[in-house]
Amino acid sequence: MKFSEQWLREWVNPQLDTDALCEQLSMAGLEVDAVEPAAALFENIVVAQVDAVEAHPDADKLRVCRVSDGREDLQIVCGAPNVAAGMKVPLARIGAVLPGGMKIKKAKLRGVESTGMLCSAAELGLLEQAEGLLSLPEDAPLGQDVREYLQLDDRIIDIDLTPNRGDCLSIQGVAREVAALNGLPFDAPQIPAVDAVHDQGLDIQIDNAADCSSYTGRVIKGIDVLASTPLWMRERLRRAGIRSIHPVVDVTNYVMLELGQPMHAFDLSRLQGGIQVRRARQGETLTALTGEELKLGGDDLVIADSARPVALAGVMGGLDSGVTAETVDILLESACFSPLAVAGTGRRHKLHTDSLHRFERGVDPALQARAAERATRLILDICGGQPGALLQAGVGAGESTEITLRQARLERLLGFEVPAEQLERILASLGMQLTRTAPGQWQVLPPSFRYDMQLEADLIEEVVRVYGYDRVPDRPQRISMPPMQSSESVLPLQRLREALIHRGYQEVVTYSFVDPEKQAALIPGKEAINLDNPIARQLGQMRTSLWPGLLEVLTHNLQRQQGRVRIFELGMRFIAQGDDILQQRVLSGLVYGPVLPEQWDGQLRTADYYDVKSDLEALFSMSGSQVNIDFEAAGNDTLHPGVSAAVLRHGETLGYLGSMHPRYLKKYDLSESPILFELDLDALCNVPVPHYESISEYPAMRRDLAMVMPDEVSTARLLKCVSDSEEAHLVDAFVFDVFRGAGLPSGCKSVALGLNFQDKSRTLTEQEVDAALSRIQLRLSQELDANIRG
Amino acid sequence: MDLDSLQKKAEQDIAAADNLQALDDIRVRLLGKKGEITQRLKSLGAMSADERKMAGQAINQLKQVIQDAIQSRRAMLESAAVEGRLAAEKIDVSLPGRGQRSGGQHPVLRTMRRMESLLKQVGFSVAEGPEIEDDYHNFEALNIPPEHPARAMHDTFYVRDGGYVLRTHTSPVQVRVMQSTQPPIRIIAPGRVYRCDSDRTHSPMFHQIEGLYVAEDVSFTDLKADLQAFMNAFFESDVRLRFRPSYFPFTEPSAEVDIDWASVSDKHEGGWMEVLGCGMVHPKVFEAVGIDPERYTGYAFGMGVERMAMLRYGVDDLRLFFENDLRFLKQFA
Repeated sequence: MKFSEQWLREWVNPQLDTDALCEQLSMAGLEVDAVEPAAALFENIVVAQVDAVEAHPDADKLRVCRVSDGREDLQIVCGAPNVAAGMKVPLARIGAVLPGGMKIKKAKLRGVESTGMLCSAAELGLLEQAEGLLSLPEDAPLGQDVREYLQLDDRIIDIDLTPNRGDCLSIQGVAREVAALNGLPFDAPQIPAVDAVHDQGLDIQIDNAADCSSYTGRVIKGIDVLASTPLWMRERLRRAGIRSIHPVVDVTNYVMLELGQPMHAFDLSRLQGGIQVRRARQGETLTALTGEELKLGGDDLVIADSARPVALAGVMGGLDSGVTAETVDILLESACFSPLAVAGTGRRHKLHTDSLHRFERGVDPALQARAAERATRLILDICGGQPGALLQAGVGAGESTEITLRQARLERLLGFEVPAEQLERILASLGMQLTRTAPGQWQVLPPSFRYDMQLEADLIEEVVRVYGYDRVPDRPQRISMPPMQSSESVLPLQRLREALIHRGYQEVVTYSFVDPEKQAALIPGKEAINLDNPIARQLGQMRTSLWPGLLEVLTHNLQRQQGRVRIFELGMRFIAQGDDILQQRVLSGLVYGPVLPEQWDGQLRTADYYDVKSDLEALFSMSGSQVNIDFEAAGNDTLHPGVSAAVLRHGETLGYLGSMHPRYLKKYDLSESPILFELDLDALCNVPVPHYESISEYPAMRRDLAMVMPDEVSTARLLKCVSDSEEAHLVDAFVFDVFRGAGLPSGCKSVALGLNFQDKSRTLTEQEVDAALSRIQLRLSQELDANIRG
Repeated sequence: MDLDSLQKKAEQDIAAADNLQALDDIRVRLLGKKGEITQRLKSLGAMSADERKMAGQAINQLKQVIQDAIQSRRAMLESAAVEGRLAAEKIDVSLPGRGQRSGGQHPVLRTMRRMESLLKQVGFSVAEGPEIEDDYHNFEALNIPPEHPARAMHDTFYVRDGGYVLRTHTSPVQVRVMQSTQPPIRIIAPGRVYRCDSDRTHSPMFHQIEGLYVAEDVSFTDLKADLQAFMNAFFESDVRLRFRPSYFPFTEPSAEVDIDWASVSDKHEGGWMEVLGCGMVHPKVFEAVGIDPERYTGYAFGMGVERMAMLRYGVDDLRLFFENDLRFLKQFA
């Protein structure tokens, strides 16, 4: 909320300069966002009167004016259309400096001398645009500095109020707060009731007291259609960021700013019959003041006359029942709509008004009549007219809830002592009524405008807020907690990260939402979750894999001459499974370009499947030697069918590794396929706690076998066949060479196996080992058609 | 040849031997089984005792001289060979090391881990939860009923026709922990959160660490002291903090905490910058999760990790964190 500092100081004026006042407001929870001067700097501009206006001899649009400023008579050439003899205007004298720094000098305009300049509101920096000169009131004293006259050495304070402090959305509310903070008395100004001079009323009905606790109206007849809003009021509105529209509308806005009561005025001649506060009926419409046609429904609270809705309650009036330049008779509205009744209205109709902003947060339920009297007085003063009686409907404010406050509870929650007298003084300064019911215990009755006070904790917060957060002592740390649970069978993510980082990978963070089209193409067959309200179409869908994001990182960096990309990300992927949403933590990576950075004696070999596989094997090795990981050729639609594998642990799929399917190369403008992997993190991190096995003191015996076998038999199958032999002394089997080509039958490869035999209690004999080797050979031959290369 | 000539010749040969092999050849020729000296020693057997004594002494003396000469020449040659090898094997030690270079951590996650590790030292354990949340855990259990004005502060992303939200804070993790655990509870919930807002200073996705401490007498003074200690540890200086009253539906009293830039680093100008929100757990939140608000009190705080990373490393544009430009990222190895 923006407001004029001077206006506030008329209500309460603590001995603080602007900075100190703003600091105090911020430190009390009314955060000051900005402080701006009420007007840009200018000097030597005074109140002057136009005495005579004559045509310019040489220009149609210019006039030659005689102007007096109380000191001398001046000849000034002026182009404003509204210049007229007798009007009072701001005069920039010779030597004056306008906002923006322009200096006024003696000048000749089309041959006629001009000794100064008459100013518009825009030229004084008060408005963005203005048509014609700023017309000052008749009683403005000649020669007075305009800054002084308009009280422009004022500041506009903008406070950012939290949703619980709707009571501060007015000068009155902020003033109450400032008075409490400074220990100053606060007396709300008296607003005498206006006497009715006619008896025209209007029937007011409220359908549901829960929607509207009170509705106060007043008919004012015969207002002056020529009246205009006084400059002082326009200035206060301007400093609050509100445009002047029509004197009656300006008054309703002014009272809203002053007291916090949103108001509305209807053109009485446009209303048919009485009015009713009710829910809209399905199919009803309302053309709002903005001209937009709103389609209404049962969630919308409206003000209706006997024929149709005429206002969206607490939000905005209707176009065809609003006040216009021809309006003579009005109905003034000052009502209390409940936050729940108006909540959601703004969202449904995409409207946000100052009025709605206040009703959503709550308006003082005891304020309506007072605000109506205040507005009536102002309208009568500005526009004249005959007031009727105050029309009141509704159940009224009702009693505030009494709250029990215990000093012991307060001290326990805050951790320090606030003396009882100080506590009483603070709460009383905020308008609370306290009754001490026992030592250190009170019944507290909050004022009607502090509807946010519901619980003891609310009162405790008020005490410490006014006491000052900065005065709350720090208590040294005193923690007594059992050691945190930390299971050794969960591999810390940090180890995985560090392993990858040491192997040359850079960690990245990509958005969890991606381009739906690109994702559908890259990750087919997964049902994705769409965002209802994305910030952009290309961020419209939750990722079903981290690969789309990693590919974006790849292309971003390739476009910036980073030709070697090794990246990984830890994060969630989101897959729809019917009504369920599967949220899985995964580890994903992408490798592109040379396996090693370009260096002085290396060949730039492109990283391939096996390079990345060894990185993954390094991760799996942290899972412990007991864990069997298998890589099996298996389909993943994103990957090259011949150069990809499912990663399995004890038959359970942990994820996939492989070269990206070449069909995507063109789309991503890549010359070669990156290697991609994605692994289920929770499964990966589930590791056994190591269990010791004794080490043999006796030598191992190694035998090598060179096998010729069909190409399609994987080495994994070969090794599995060896281990399935369950030879008691075979402790290790591994491949140390693979060869294809000359000298081999077509469709075959040669695989060299190394086998180690060992016993824990003795040295094995040659005969035992050879016998075992023979059994293995036989088995390989029978099961895999793998034979000794001869 | 007499012994003198023999000695002279041998000494010449040894001095001329320019490698170990040549030297060894000389040794064999003179001292080997069939070497000249060996032969002469063998011939002693045919002499009379007196002659043998005389001649034997002379030959043995010569043998000793030759052996010493060979030995010394060998040492010389060996040393020269090592010298030559060293000269031949000299490398340019300034060339870079061979092989893989290390990658690096993402700066936001680096910051988050540092925050986690400091908080773990004072007894917080890490809790995690889903990122697509239901309305109950993200809002209602936190005292934010539907249509509460505070919802407008959250700029929420919805999915499934509003049935679920992308969590707007990691507070739902606190709710889940409090629902399943009785106090004392001392946890932090780090992770990604989402707000439907994007510009220079707002990212639709960012990271938060929230802390929760619930026990029998946790107070506002504990909150102040713990956060002050944390900030001092994180920035490695005496940080100036300012606690300012604010409003969150799930805490009361609530505070926003500003940090004085100048107290963080001499590279910064002075001035207050908001770094976190905190407060005492609202009794309605305790009621929603089944914890007795009369028996227990608690504090909660939430920090934006990106903000901390920007302050710590001087990063001035939030968007850099999510562009993942390797030239930016590798500065935070």
